[in-house]
Parts: sequence; structure tokens; C-alpha cells
Amino acid sequence: MSLAWIVLLPFAGSLCAAFLPSHARNAAAGLVDVVAVICVILVVLHYPQMAAGEVVRQSLQWAPGLGLEITFRLDGFAWLFAMLVTVMGALVALYARYYMAPQDPVPRFFSFFLAFMGAMLGVVLSGNLIQLVMFWEMTSLTSFMLIAYWYHRDDARRGARMALTITAAGGLCLLAAVLILGHIAGSYDLDVVLRSGDLVRGHSWYLAVLVLIALGALTKSAQFPFHFWLPHAMAAPTPVSVYLHSATMVKAGVFLLVRLWPVLSGTEAWFWIIGSAGLCSLVLGAYAAVFQRDMKGVLAYSTISHLGLITLLLGLNSSLALIAAIFHIMNHATFKASLFMAAGMVDHETGTRDLSRLSGLRRAMPITATLAAVGAASMAGVPLFNGFLSKEMFFTETVFVSGNLVTRLGLPIMAVIWGTLSVAYSLRFILQVFFGPPTHDLPRQPHEPPRWMLFPSALLVASCLVVGVFPAETVGPYLDMAASSVMGENMPSHSLAVWHGLNLPLAMSLVAMVAGTVLYRALGKYQQGATVVPIINRFDGKHLFEFYLQKMDVFARRLLRWLSTERLQVQVLLLIGAVFASALIPLSSGGLPPGDKPVTPIEPAFALIWLVGAFCAVGAATQAKYHRLAALSLSGAAGLATCMTFVWFSAPDLALTQLIVEVVTLVLLLLGLRWLPRRYKSVDDNIVPLQARVRAQTRRLRDLGLAIIAGSGMAALSYSVLTRQAGEGISPFFIENSLSLAGGSNVVNVILVDFRGFDTMGEITVVGIVALTVFALLRRFRPAIESMGLPVQQREQNGETGVSPRDSHALLPEGPMMLPAVIVQLLLPVSGMVAMFFLLRGHNEPGGGFVAGLVVATAVILQYLVGGTAWAESRTRIYPHYWIATGLLCAVGAGVSAWAAGRPFLSAVAGDVKLPVIGAMHLSTVLLFDLGVFLLVVGAAVLILVALAHQSRRGHRRHGTGHIEAEGAISHAARTSATAVGAAVPDHTAAAPAPVPAAVMAHIPPAVPGATVPAMARPDKDS
Amino acid sequence: METIYALAIGVLTGSGVWLLLRPRTFQVIVGLSLLSYAVNLFIFGMGRLLIGGAPIIETLSKADPALYDDPVPQALVLTAIVIGFATTALFLVVLLASRGLTGNDHVDGSGPEA
Repeated sequence: MSLAWIVLLPFAGSLCAAFLPSHARNAAAGLVDVVAVICVILVVLHYPQMAAGEVVRQSLQWAPGLGLEITFRLDGFAWLFAMLVTVMGALVALYARYYMAPQDPVPRFFSFFLAFMGAMLGVVLSGNLIQLVMFWEMTSLTSFMLIAYWYHRDDARRGARMALTITAAGGLCLLAAVLILGHIAGSYDLDVVLRSGDLVRGHSWYLAVLVLIALGALTKSAQFPFHFWLPHAMAAPTPVSVYLHSATMVKAGVFLLVRLWPVLSGTEAWFWIIGSAGLCSLVLGAYAAVFQRDMKGVLAYSTISHLGLITLLLGLNSSLALIAAIFHIMNHATFKASLFMAAGMVDHETGTRDLSRLSGLRRAMPITATLAAVGAASMAGVPLFNGFLSKEMFFTETVFVSGNLVTRLGLPIMAVIWGTLSVAYSLRFILQVFFGPPTHDLPRQPHEPPRWMLFPSALLVASCLVVGVFPAETVGPYLDMAASSVMGENMPSHSLAVWHGLNLPLAMSLVAMVAGTVLYRALGKYQQGATVVPIINRFDGKHLFEFYLQKMDVFARRLLRWLSTERLQVQVLLLIGAVFASALIPLSSGGLPPGDKPVTPIEPAFALIWLVGAFCAVGAATQAKYHRLAALSLSGAAGLATCMTFVWFSAPDLALTQLIVEVVTLVLLLLGLRWLPRRYKSVDDNIVPLQARVRAQTRRLRDLGLAIIAGSGMAALSYSVLTRQAGEGISPFFIENSLSLAGGSNVVNVILVDFRGFDTMGEITVVGIVALTVFALLRRFRPAIESMGLPVQQREQNGETGVSPRDSHALLPEGPMMLPAVIVQLLLPVSGMVAMFFLLRGHNEPGGGFVAGLVVATAVILQYLVGGTAWAESRTRIYPHYWIATGLLCAVGAGVSAWAAGRPFLSAVAGDVKLPVIGAMHLSTVLLFDLGVFLLVVGAAVLILVALAHQSRRGHRRHGTGHIEAEGAISHAARTSATAVGAAVPDHTAAAPAPVPAAVMAHIPPAVPGATVPAMARPDKDS
Repeated sequence: METIYALAIGVLTGSGVWLLLRPRTFQVIVGLSLLSYAVNLFIFGMGRLLIGGAPIIETLSKADPALYDDPVPQALVLTAIVIGFATTALFLVVLLASRGLTGNDHVDGSGPEA
């Protein structure tokens, strides 16, 4: 039988539950119960092996190189714990079915519930320490989701956050501990670690391991001083409190302590660290429980106290105490779960859990009252209930503890005080709620809950009784099995019996019971009005926690403000400085002398090109602020110099591409210029005060220095590389094989479309995404107010000619642009032919898909430039989105077609085809791929340019709200909505300009051809 | 020739870096395009400079690496040019959107003149 299934099944169930409809209470709860019962059966089936003292293991490879594997391991103790988790899971799911309100979205609840169950089983069954920590953190996460289940409640969110912060921080400590432990033992395998107890205890890092493990376990088990998260976790639905915060998750901490007991225990440090944390939780938890008003608050503090008892027992370094601890883990789970269920039922039926309001419920809810009374009796340690047995074992251990006088006297006294307090709060819990005069001012009229809601509680209470009366016959063998799997050979003999004769522990029990009753009577009045816990309320963990959390927040924000900046200029400055510094480090050892490669003699023409090029670059740098058009032209000229350099040094493909990209980029930036604010040097000089100007000058000087340093650094670096012989690279392979393997003469093109086709595919995808992003950004473009009107030049032009050049119905644009328009229209088919020429010859001669695509894009944008946007858009035939999609499909299709020939993705498949008229032709999938590149580049470039060009219409339309021309590409609906908004706000230029254009703009669709107009014509959006 | 080539890269880099550090978005976009010329030339230069050796192989017998310019930097730069166009377009649109939203053309949306 597979162990892995026990862990995997709940996770699978969790996934299923998440997809159930939101009110499927029965289905979800049923699913959980089915999963839990199957898990119970799977666990039970392992019993024969467990009884024989075997350890069942199952390993799956995970990261063998790192010595990591997924190991599931089941021994007696893990078996007992797995039974606890699965049986409790089944009972609580049944209870939760009736507890959750019909309007709660239960699939979420049960999904996390199952995920938690899987994580908890993972912790229990882990045979590898790293894996255990993983599941451990998973329990913290699922616990967070379950505590915050009613996330509309502030206390639920806060409680969940607190629980997660503390338990997850503990989990990190545990991870550190486990890493050290694995390092010491030489393996993360649990069996290996368990065998190396002496090695670990003798190691110099033992104390570090112990402290870190203690931090992990104590935070999880809500032990002092980390106990405060548990009461706040009570904001969770009661089934969660039953399952996670009493029966299972909080037990994970003590589970870990038991698990590692053979490795870590037996030292003084263990006794003091674990023992004192347990003792503090034991007494303080019980003390605080006495003063709670909330029923669940009493139970939460009582849980802290009882977990403290288990921790203390484990800290005592005695094997009998270990048996008592394991026994109490089981006992506590049964009685505390039943009590939580009772608290939940009272809450469910009356609408409150406030002890000061509840009274006399035993008449209305007799069965609940009986069940709660038995549970409380067990909690108080009354004879004949299971709580009594483990309590007696605890008392015995405190009596026989070795050590100095303080420990020998102190521990039994503390134990009696704890017993007294337990009796007091248990009595109050029962007498206050179920006895006394019945109240009538409850939110709901109380009555007995449904039968199946009572059933889980009844079953648990029955087991409390049966175990309490016949311990040796019922749990004896299981307890022995679990304890011996932890201790191995050193198992001491012990007897489980109700009656051990008249001895000191029994006397202590009696004293505690009498004193507890007296205390309850004495405190009766005071407790009713108590809102805080006397004395220790000053040390409220919650306030400290939130105080420090807030301090940390503030500190982090301050640190961020101090260390980082949102200002781009500073970031760029730092970036350039860092690049420079990191380039300097390797040079510091002696510089970079010029190399030995013979220098090519200088040719005057090339020198002249770059004289102009350098002039243009510097000119662009100086003019970019006040003379944008000049700067653009100068920068374009520098680009041309670059282009000619490519020609000069044997790179025709680069030159071609650079030339066309240069044109397209220039057009693009020109289209953008219109939307930038005007800037005049004289105006700037006048409005800026002198002091600021001086500061700006200083900054300019600094930047100039940096620019000169960067430039000369790059020049020196380039020079020293260029004068060295090139090393042996991968290039010879491409040159040697380009023709023979790929059948192409143009090596650059062959690299792009064949050898490194996958890179190119990634690249064209990026280009396509960028184009779509640009389009999407421009759909909601909101220009600044002052750039909305027609530009001066257009207004003047209209004034001279008297007609608008944007009559989109005309065959040709009217006005001075008519003649150029004719030429440009003729150019379109020619450019198509040029593009085809470049595309088809690309494999053998300079050309290819990139160049061809850009040629077509240039021709298209020329139509816009010359004919005007409105005119061009009204007769467009190109739908860029389709071109992008088709291009990508072509490229992928070329790649996939290689599979048909049984070769890897993107391999070239070639063959000769005989065509009529043309004759034999060599065809390859590489051509299809290059065609894809071509189509995509056309689509992307056109989409970007056209989307930007269209914006000029937006400004124009906004300017003349009254006369909207009939335009083919815009639907009637869109126009109507735009008109409506425009008409509703007649005067929007002067009074309140800011919000109006935004509203108007939102309704004007960009008339990019192929754009889905109906989607943009929704008047309700953005207005 | 190497000297001129290196100086050209230096001047383009210097102008580009100067503009990158300016506060106006348009200056930054021009700076980026100048810097991308410099970077493209630099990458191209990694294959060393060779005149009259375009990597176009006519016959199999001539497939000798010594005769041709290094094709790998060329392929890298070719894709860089196209991607450069796309990112310039993206930056331009972000610039315009920021201008529309903040009402000015400072790189941070607002800030001192410089």
C-alpha cells in the first residue's frame, strides 16, 4: 500500500473541492469525509507492520544530485499521529457541514481544510527533514487561509496575519536548524539523523540546533513566549479551531520535539530550554484561562496550558515522561476537540460565546450540556476520564524529578497550582454556561443542534470515558507501539491503570480539585466582570507584536527612502557610474595597451564621414532641448554615418536595415513631436531664478564630465579591441557550413533564419508584443490640453487654401499635396515589388524578411504623411493585427513542419518543386520562416506608426467638436457617443479643461484599421 | 581607420550619455538612439574591421573564414536594430502618455529645471 497516497489524496481532494459550486455544502463536506475515511483506512492497513515494530519507507527521486528525495516514512508514533489527523479530519468535516452557514462559500473552506490535512499528514509522514519543513510551512499557510476565512472581519485578518508571521518565522528557524542538523549528520534522511544522536549532542553546534528547533516547535505549539497568536486565531470558524488549534496543527510543535527526542534530548540545555518554556505556558495559560469571557478564549488558553504540559513532560528527559507526553497528546486532542465543538454548538444555537451572558442552557440543550460536562471533567483531570490518567502520570514525573531543591520542590508545587487553576476554569466553563438560571436575552432562542452535529462530539466524549476507565485494554498497545518507535530498545516498563494505590500524585490531584473548587467559588463575582487578565495583562503579546510590526514598517520605509530614489536622473547617474566603476576594476592592474593587429590605413572619405557624424551627434545632444526637429535631423544624420560605416566594413545587410529603420524611426519621432510642450530658451531663462540656474549649471558640468569620461572610456576600449587579433569563436563554423548545410550564400541571413532561427522567433515575438503594447497604450491616450488644437502650421494652411485638406472622400487629397499623393500612391505597388525582391533573394544576397517588411511599412506610412491621416485611413487595406498573427503563425508553422519530416523544431526542410512555366524551383521551410518575419515586421511597424498617426485626428476632432466628418473606419455608434459627450459639455476649453478631454477621448476609437470598434464604443466605460 | 572608428563610438557614447542624464523625456529618447548607434558599432567592431569581405559565399570552394567578415556580430546587430526600433516606439508612447498625464515632459513627471 502506497504511503504517498495518504498524503496526495487530500491534496487531490482539495483541488476538486475548490471547483465545486459555492453553496455545495453537502458535496464539499462529503468529499472531505470520503477522503478522510479513505486515508483512515490506508493508515489502518499499515497497523500489522507497525505492531511488529517495522518502519515502512517509500522514496521518490527529487533532486538526487543534492541528496534530496521525497521520502515517506511510517513508524509507530507517526501511525498514531496520522490516525489522529485523519480521524479528527473526518469528524470535524462532519461537524463543519452543520456548523457553516448556508451563505458561506464552503468550497473554499473545505478546499483549504483538505489542503491542511494533506500538509499535516506530510509533516507526520516525512522521512526527510527538508521535506518536513516544506509541509510544515504549508500547514502555516493553510492555517492562515482558514483563520482568515471570514476575511471581511478585521479580527480574522489580524489574527491570521499574526499566526502566519509567528509560525512562519518559526518555520524559517526550523529550516535553519534542519540544515545544520543535516550537515552534522551528513544526511537529511530522518533515519540517519535519528541514529546520530550522540554525534549531534556532542557537536559544537548542538546548542544552535536546539535553540532553532525550539523556536520552530514553540512558535507552532503556541508556547510561551510565542503563545499570544493562538487566542487571536480563535477568530477562525470553530471547526478550524477544533481541528487546527486544538487537535492537530498546534501539536505539530510537540510532534517535532518527540520526533527529535532521540537526537536532541538528554542534556541540561534541553531540560532548561524546553522544560522552562513548557512550565511557563502551563501555569500562565491556565491562569489566563480563568479570566476569559469568551468560551473559545478559555479553551485557547487552556490549550496553551495543556501543550505546555506536554512540552514540560518532554523537557524532563525521562522516558516515562515521554510516554506520558504522547498519551496526553491523544487525550488532549479528544477532550479539547469535543469541548471546542460544544463551544461552537452553543455559539451556533444562541449566537454568543460570552460567558457573562450565557447561563442555564442545560434545559434547552441537555445533550450538549452532558457532552461538554464530560469533556470539561476530563480537562480538569477528574478520575475515570482520560485526562486524569495523563495528569497523574505528569504529577508522578514531577515528584520523581531529579535536580536541586528548587526543581524538586518547585515542580510539584507548580503542578498543583496548575491543577487547581484547571479545575477552576473547567468548573466555570460548565457551571456558567449550562447551570444556573436560564437567560432570555440571547440573540437566538437556544435549542439542541442537529443530531449529526452532536455525533462527532459524542464519539470523542465516549472515547474519553472508555479510555479513562479501561486504559490498558484500549490505548495501551498503541501507546506502547508509538513510544517504543521513538525510544527503541530503551523502552521502560510502565502500567496504565486508573488505580495505582494511595500515593503522592493522587493526593496532589485531590488537593488540586478541592482548591480549584474553592478558587472558583472565591472568584465567582470577580470573574463575571473581569475584562482583562489581572497582573499579566500588561505583558500583552498582541500589543507588543503590533507595536514592533509597525516599527519595522516605519523602519523599512525610512530605509527605502534613504537608500533608493524615484528620480530617473539619479538612477541613470548611478547606473552609469556603476558601469564605469565595474569596467575600471579589471583595468586597474595595469591598463589595456594597444594590441598587435596591423592598423588599416586611414581613408580621408571615411574620416570626413565621421567628422560630419561626430558634429551631428554633438549637435543633436546640444539641440535636443529647444530645437527638437533639428536634433532629430542631426541624430538621423549620425545614424546615416553609422549606416555608411556598415557599408564600408562589409556589412551590407546591416546597412540596408539601418537605413530603413532610420527612416521609420524618424517618421515615428516626428509623429510624436506634435504632443510635446513647446519650450523656448528665452522663456526658460526668464522664469528660472538665478540660484536654481547656478545649480543647474553645476549639474550640467558634472554630467558633461561624466559624458566625456564615458565617451573616452568607450573609445579607448573599442580601440584596444580593434587592434587585437580576434580569438577563435564560433563564426568559422557558420561560414564553412552556410552553403553546404543550409544552402544559403548570405551567412548573416542564414544565421538569422536557419542556424539561430529560434532566437529570431523569440525576437519577432517581442516585436509583435511591443507593437500591441503601443497600440493598447494609445487606445487610452490622453494628450495634454495645450496640444489638443490644430497645430499652427495646419491652421495657417487651412486659412490660405480655405478648404480642409482632409476631405476623405476625394479621390486625391486636395490642396498642395495632390501631386505628391499621386506619386506616393504609385510608389505603393513598387515598394511591394522591392520588398518581395529583398525577401526572396535574402538567403543568398543582402536582404531578408526584416528589410522587406520595413520597406512595406515605409511605403504605407508615406501614404499617411502625404495624403493625411483621415484620407489614408478611409481607404486602408492593411490590417496590422492580422499581419502580426499570420507572421507568427508562418514562423511557427515553418518550425513545426520539421516535425513532419521527423526532425527537431525549426530544422530546415527543403526540396525541389517542378512548377509549370517557371520550371524547377528549390523551396525550403526557411523561406516560410522568413516570410513570417516579413509579415510580422510589416504588421508591427505599420501598427505602431498608424496608431500614432491616428492620434492627430483625435486632437483635431476634439478641437472641432461640432463638425465631425463622416469617416469610413469609425462606426456610427462610436461617433454618436462621442458627439453626445461633446454636446453635453459645450464649453470645455476654458473653464474646467482637465476631466473633460479625458471623457471625450475615451469614446473616440483609434481608427486603426482592423480595430474592434464595437468594443470601444461602450459609452459607460470611463465616463 | 580603427582610430576613427573608436573615436566615432566615443563621440556617440558621450553625446548619448549626456542626453540620458537630461531631465526632458525627448532628450532621453534622442540620447537612447545615439547610444544605440554607439553600442551597435561597438558590437559590430567585435568582429574586427574588414574591407571588401561581406559574408556572402559564392561557391563552396571559397568557404574560408579568413576571407570574410565575422557574420555573428552582424547577425546580433541586425536583430538589435529592429528591436531598437520597437523599444524606441514603446518609449515614445510611454513618454507621450506621461506627458498627457502629468502635464509636463520631465522624466519624473515633475522636478527642477536643468
